[in-house]
Amino acid sequence: MRVLFKTSYDQDIDLLVLPGERMRVGALIALAILAPLLLSSYYLSELAIFFSFALAGIGLMVLTGFSGQVSFGHAAFVGIGAYVHAVLVARGVPFPLALAAAGLLAGGVGAALGRAVSAMHGFYLAIATLAFSIVMETVIGAMEPVTGGHMGMPVPGIALFGVALEEAWQQHYLYLAVLLFFVWGVANLMRAPTGRAMIAVRDSETSARSLGIDVRSAKMTAFFVSALIAGVAGGLLAHQLQYLSPETFGVGMSLKLMLMIVVGGLGSISGAIFGAVFVSFLPNAIDALRALMPDGLVSQAGLESFIFGAFIAAFIIFEPDGLHGRWRKLRLFLETYPYYKRATFIRQKRYLKTGRFR
Amino acid sequence: MEMSDVAQLSLIGVSQGCGYALVALGFVFIYRATEIVNFAHGELMMLGAFTVLTFAELLGLGFWLGAALGILSLGVFGYLLDAVVMRRVIGESQASVFILTVALGLMLKALAGMIWGYGARSLPSPFQTDVHFGGIVIGLDRIAVILATVLICGLLWLFFSRTRLGLAIQAASQNQLAAYYSRIPVKRLVSLVWAIAAMVAAVAGLMMAPVTQVDTEMSLFGIKAFAGAVVGGFGSIPGALMGCLIIGVAEPFLDYAFPPLKGVYAYILMLAVLFVRPEGLIPQTYQKKV
Amino acid sequence: MSTLTVDGLTVAFGGIKALDEVSFHVEPGEVFAIIGPNGAGKSTIFNAISRIYTARAGSIRFHGREILELPPHEVVRLGIARTFQNIELFEKATVLQNLLVGRHSRVRRSAWREFLFLPGVRRGERAARRKVEEILDLLDMQHLRDALVCDLPYGARKNVELARALCAEPELLLLDEPASGLNPEETADMSFWLKDIKEELGVTIVMVEHDMNLVGRIANRVMALAGGRVLSVGSVEEVQSNERVQTAYLGAAA
Repeated sequence: MRVLFKTSYDQDIDLLVLPGERMRVGALIALAILAPLLLSSYYLSELAIFFSFALAGIGLMVLTGFSGQVSFGHAAFVGIGAYVHAVLVARGVPFPLALAAAGLLAGGVGAALGRAVSAMHGFYLAIATLAFSIVMETVIGAMEPVTGGHMGMPVPGIALFGVALEEAWQQHYLYLAVLLFFVWGVANLMRAPTGRAMIAVRDSETSARSLGIDVRSAKMTAFFVSALIAGVAGGLLAHQLQYLSPETFGVGMSLKLMLMIVVGGLGSISGAIFGAVFVSFLPNAIDALRALMPDGLVSQAGLESFIFGAFIAAFIIFEPDGLHGRWRKLRLFLETYPYYKRATFIRQKRYLKTGRFR
Repeated sequence: MEMSDVAQLSLIGVSQGCGYALVALGFVFIYRATEIVNFAHGELMMLGAFTVLTFAELLGLGFWLGAALGILSLGVFGYLLDAVVMRRVIGESQASVFILTVALGLMLKALAGMIWGYGARSLPSPFQTDVHFGGIVIGLDRIAVILATVLICGLLWLFFSRTRLGLAIQAASQNQLAAYYSRIPVKRLVSLVWAIAAMVAAVAGLMMAPVTQVDTEMSLFGIKAFAGAVVGGFGSIPGALMGCLIIGVAEPFLDYAFPPLKGVYAYILMLAVLFVRPEGLIPQTYQKKV
Repeated sequence: MSTLTVDGLTVAFGGIKALDEVSFHVEPGEVFAIIGPNGAGKSTIFNAISRIYTARAGSIRFHGREILELPPHEVVRLGIARTFQNIELFEKATVLQNLLVGRHSRVRRSAWREFLFLPGVRRGERAARRKVEEILDLLDMQHLRDALVCDLPYGARKNVELARALCAEPELLLLDEPASGLNPEETADMSFWLKDIKEELGVTIVMVEHDMNLVGRIANRVMALAGGRVLSVGSVEEVQSNERVQTAYLGAAA
């Protein structure tokens, strides 16, 4: 097992300290930068959609993974962001301003919702966010003069400082930059007091309070940051979808985001990225599997969502730490071989009910 | 809007509310016994309706026999769901457990779609006539929902307060550890609670089938029942029933008043209540002891 | 002036009074122990002070400042930190992170500065680590610094919780059964640490404890509680020889 001997406080403040981590992240970023040389423009635009989803996943990770607040309606914030951005861009507002406005507005709505639900018991919050997203879908549909209702609305192209970014590689770099900025920002937040306050609220509200954390404001901050990131992701996604309709941002998308962070591993930034990769490739994998399955099953419309559900369930039951946790175990196995102990990772269960009061 | 319209809408609302209440009963039981919130309960109701449909229509056993077999098979399904799946996640964080039940719901819905298709089907029931009284015309099936709800509430009350088994379940719900020490088979009883809850959901599915048609979208009914239970206060059964009735009655009037948001008033109402009283109207949730 | 003055404190759940007109005061620099049988209301006093429970009547003053008017998260800012009976740590975080959360009431925060990690944030992080390091050294737990709390054994967790409370630089420390679940050796360590905390850091300690050995070794005064009422306050010997206390523990026939 590798032990890092720290010689200065900066070593536990800095983000990527271990040489292995640095190499892996560096390689990923290099790969992303080189992607336009390797991929056709079709795959580049697929990659842009992937970046948008990964960003939205990071948004949800802040809320559910780090702050422990389950949201089944995060697609609503993506939707708010997408519509605000598209409407503003169509009215001639410059791209960066429109994207910022989309993020801030989604964040504002998120903070308002967070304020209202901050006193709620965990599952009330989950139901409230679910209901919120169903209501938002209907409201967007009903606001026909602005949003085009259920007929949908077209999204204009991207223009940055008067230059139209029509080529896929131009958009690729723009999206990559936005994604990296937010990944960096969230990583910063999590190594600073605000992020630790979120983790504290997730793990024990009572002791968070006793240590001086205003639980309500911590939850509101989490909602704000999370919804802001989702809103920005929505703005980015809008350009790739090219055509917005309220159904796009329904419960289905919320569950997809949830699948991403559960599969990736709740409570880790790399988990959100791993999860996004997984979810993006899942439909392709299912397509590939279709060849092996009997004809009757292949044509079934529900197959994809069944497999989605099955993956979430399987991860929750067998690997609650997600791919990130699997990776940790694998690394420890290799590092400590042959002394690996399975028991290292057996979690202590906390049974409910034994000591609760009304 | 005339007086008779108001009366008619209210009656329809009450019957709709009773439908929500039947579903809500199930997940409130499960919540009280295990602190698990079963987001898949609407799917259990849908599954119940499909199973009854299969027995009654596709196998041609008739309504009553089909209903009985359908309810029973849902009971078995509920028991197995707990014994095979939910029991494994006891002690995991609440958030993970919600996510699991939502995933199960997604799977059940997809499975139902694959087996029975996505088209709406109708389940002929013996209550498909209209009743006239005092200028009001209402389907007998609507009345039947109300009667069924009252009947089931009565039966469940008798079961939980008068039978040994019911009392044992109550004991296990209040303090699992203490019940376990008193040689009450807590695990089996919890599975039994799931079975009962699934059976009640099947009744809801079968009673609401003539009104809503049987299709996979029926599971949305469950989310509205959730809204009702939350409005009333999740942990208490009278609260949940009351909340469901409020939602049921308010819905048709609000739909009538401002149609563009038709269909989502249950959620708006719930969000509004939660903004004002985060614990619902009759609070009964638990805090962890420190 | 007394550090903590509790006056006529009544806490009730429904019709049951968990605390009934409890009054006591804690002097600066002393170790004040609260003893009593199960359900006597010992932890309830702590929970009322940290505003988890709402008091029905009475007052709790810290240096003359009324605590019952404050929201829960502001109590620690006055200088009152606590531990919990059943250990409430942040399980999926490292020991270091737990202790840094302990600094929460002493640091300034600004989410957007932290998002961009401006130089001031880094300075704040270094300063917080210097303070945390002192506590880690005091309690001799440097080796646990980067361990995840959920991987630690019970005794170590107890210490982490104590350390976390100390990171808030409290003037008054509320310890809910600091020695429960510890083996004799760990209990002995705990009693040394508590002495250090009292003498070196000058912290006033109120503790709920069943281990009379530990209480006898470090407590200056003891309060016995039963059924939500104060039975006796005084030195360890006085309280132990008090007839009402003996009745509460051993029953009336004794």
